[in-house]
Amino acid sequence: MNTPAPANAVEVTGLSRKFSSKLALNQVSLKVKPGRVFGLVGANGAGKTTLIKHLLGRLKPESGSVRVFGFDPVNDPVAVLGRIGYLSENRDLPAWMRVDELLRYTAAFYPQWDMAYAEELRRQFGLEPRAKIKTLSRGENAKAGLLIALAYRPEMLLLDEPSSGLDPVVRRDILEAIIRTVADEGRTVLFSSHLLEEVDRVADDLAMMFDGRVVLAGALDDVKESHRRLVLRFDSPQPSAPKVAGALSITGSGKEWTAICNGKRDEAVAEALRAGGKVVAEDSPSLDEIFVAWAGAKST
Amino acid sequence: MQLHISTGDGLPIYLQIANQVKYLVASGRLAPGDELSPIRVLAHQLLVNPNTVARAYLELERDGVVQKRHGSGTYVSDSGSPLARKERVKILSERVDALLAEARHLEVEPQELLRLIKERSQSIQPKE
Repeated sequence: MNTPAPANAVEVTGLSRKFSSKLALNQVSLKVKPGRVFGLVGANGAGKTTLIKHLLGRLKPESGSVRVFGFDPVNDPVAVLGRIGYLSENRDLPAWMRVDELLRYTAAFYPQWDMAYAEELRRQFGLEPRAKIKTLSRGENAKAGLLIALAYRPEMLLLDEPSSGLDPVVRRDILEAIIRTVADEGRTVLFSSHLLEEVDRVADDLAMMFDGRVVLAGALDDVKESHRRLVLRFDSPQPSAPKVAGALSITGSGKEWTAICNGKRDEAVAEALRAGGKVVAEDSPSLDEIFVAWAGAKST
Repeated sequence: MQLHISTGDGLPIYLQIANQVKYLVASGRLAPGDELSPIRVLAHQLLVNPNTVARAYLELERDGVVQKRHGSGTYVSDSGSPLARKERVKILSERVDALLAEARHLEVEPQELLRLIKERSQSIQPKE
């Protein structure tokens, strides 16, 4: 069986999905390259989890297509799920089991389960083998979920809001797991998050979603380098935000305003000059500022 | 090799790493022939993506700051000194630019600023 490896770990094309009358996904297209860490960014309700459910085959595309390692998750769930280590946002682990039972139970599903690795992770995460799942703290629960997602060394780690509601120590464990997955094994990671600081640290590529649409996608460094923050100064106080075409957002008050631009820096500078302002400072915005600028821009 | 990453910064992380290594070389804290931390080790230490560290090292290699030795690691170049001098000048130039901008805001002429620098330099001169 020598099928050529697909060029992308994930390939989503023109995916749309409606829940009653609301468009949860609107013509979403994205590609996740193997061996990279892909961060899916968006506010709550942007469609991240709905997208992830499509990758797992739990939802069938209404239109468009989804491929994971070249397979259709709905038609070929075994091929897809056998390659993905998934940590859900709700971490629905069986509450009545003990930690050691959970490991043995999960191991039975995966021929490539690595018990030595599972044991190593269990110790590293400080999980008691005889502890009942229902007695675990929120952080321990997340670590148990992460452990069973990692221990069969899946080709892709798929994490839905892995850090949500967790303390910094557990978040660090999760980031370390992501880094280790790509560093030691060259595997692929796709994770969704609204914590941009984490995305900034570990993602190679990212897609930003708002209201079911991908508004921005690319290599993280390219995204950061293509955005500029301009501080504009006007001779007299401006009663409202000056109109600057080419800027995603303008915030400020009085004489000084900050514009965030994407690629159209020169256009924005020319526009600002025409409006009577000059650029007094210019640098790169943080990922947070880029996100907020796009959040404001999509509504106009 | 102690580096510090700031994610609130707009500067891409690979550039933060590359700049800080250049600074360490320029200031002599990394000497020619010193080995940089292996990619995986630094990625783990800084809690950043190993691909990002690899990109920073590639950038440093392209600039001639470091050299890869086949199968053994990444080392500070022996020819580090001319570049180190250039880097030092570059680092100081950025500070000087900021100082000049501030002086202009405060309506202090460059001549006056120069006099101030000389004055301060004398006052912080170690006394023999």
